[in-house]
Amino acid sequence: MVQKLDYLRETPSQTAGPYVHIGLSPRDAGFDIYDNQLGEDIAGPDAKGERITIQGRVLDGTGAPVRDVLIETWQANADGIYPGRGAVEDGFRGWGRVVPDAEGVFTIKTVKPGAAPGRHDTVMAPHLNLWLVARGINVGLNTRMYFADEEALNADDAVLNLIEQAHRRDSLLAQPDGDVYRFDIHLQGERETVFLDI
Amino acid sequence: MTGELYQRDRTWHPPALTPDYKTSVARSPRLPLLSLQNSDSELTGPTFGHGDIAAGDADLLSNYAQTGDPIGERIIVHGRVLDENARPVPNTLVEVWQANAGGRYRHVKDTYFAPVDPNFGGCGRTITDAEGRYAFRTVKPGAYPWRNWTNSWRPAHIHVSVFGTAFAQRLITQMYFEGDPLIPKCPIVATLKDPAAVTQLTAALDLNATIPLDTIAYKFDIVLRGHRATWFENRPEGN
Ligand SMILES: [Fe+3]
Repeated sequence: MVQKLDYLRETPSQTAGPYVHIGLSPRDAGFDIYDNQLGEDIAGPDAKGERITIQGRVLDGTGAPVRDVLIETWQANADGIYPGRGAVEDGFRGWGRVVPDAEGVFTIKTVKPGAAPGRHDTVMAPHLNLWLVARGINVGLNTRMYFADEEALNADDAVLNLIEQAHRRDSLLAQPDGDVYRFDIHLQGERETVFLDI
Repeated sequence: MTGELYQRDRTWHPPALTPDYKTSVARSPRLPLLSLQNSDSELTGPTFGHGDIAAGDADLLSNYAQTGDPIGERIIVHGRVLDENARPVPNTLVEVWQANAGGRYRHVKDTYFAPVDPNFGGCGRTITDAEGRYAFRTVKPGAYPWRNWTNSWRPAHIHVSVFGTAFAQRLITQMYFEGDPLIPKCPIVATLKDPAAVTQLTAALDLNATIPLDTIAYKFDIVLRGHRATWFENRPEGN
């Protein structure tokens, strides 16, 4: 016999279900209950850097938009500093929640993050960390959204380079298109987005 | 500084593709997840303070009441948020949402003919105290039908969302109630392969936490991923 390891086990995940907006984004479920809905302003009014808008859709394996998804975003500021790792501008939260409109299009308004320190003195190309929950998703899905116009930094990014099939790296690149970045997330299928086990 | 997180045990969590829960079929990634070691992107995360929420947000009996109390069995749901090292997780945001006592959500897409309760919103939020404790007051949600099979009923449940300190600790789950005969019939519960995982999601009736002659209580502890110790973090890091 041996001693028993006394670690607890992580609470297992269950799907957020079809009504996740009631809990986490009640205004989008059509009712006003809290004075302060969380996650509406990612960067705050005083953030440095380039103001950007990201638009896209989350698509299921049949190509249909997933309208009941909730996406959380987490990012560094324009200097590449995550809140909690160093001083950031007053009001810079780095975190937000977005839900799609009736057509299934989500819109993220924020500032473009800077390159941030990675592991072993590497540099991570600018990116947003995304977490998706919805009906039919049993464990929240993590991914990253990089910027296609950061070619040099992307080429050296350790996470992008970990993706064995080089063409799948494109699934994490938001494409500049006029004054927005376009970024669709494919849950399944030929163009399945690279999801992360972090 | 705290170390990296323990690896998430993907065999303990439900797999992405669980055909008996039909919605998962078209919404499940089919390619393997890319495994990453933690960087700042995963080890940092949003923080919340008492300025973000109102004290009354945790009381679902009153936070949407217009003309009186909501209908239903008055319950307290309380517990602690801990990590896998059994350390409390203080000052972390816990959010809940649920159906009313009749099994109906306040949501345009919920067309179940159980009535909407004019005094019940169905969501609440709170921040854990220094010992990681949290508590909500609410009504016990009703079971409700849903279109999976033609005769599928969800056991009574409360949806729970928790943050921790790292974005990679982010978790959403559902809390079930001790003694509910629908638990073993539910295809969403059955996405969990290990019966012990179902047990971990089943809140115990807690007579010690009731308010006698007033409100019954259930205890639901939540465990987030733990951090590794960093005893040897100054060794040269190789591949
Ligand atoms: Fe539900």
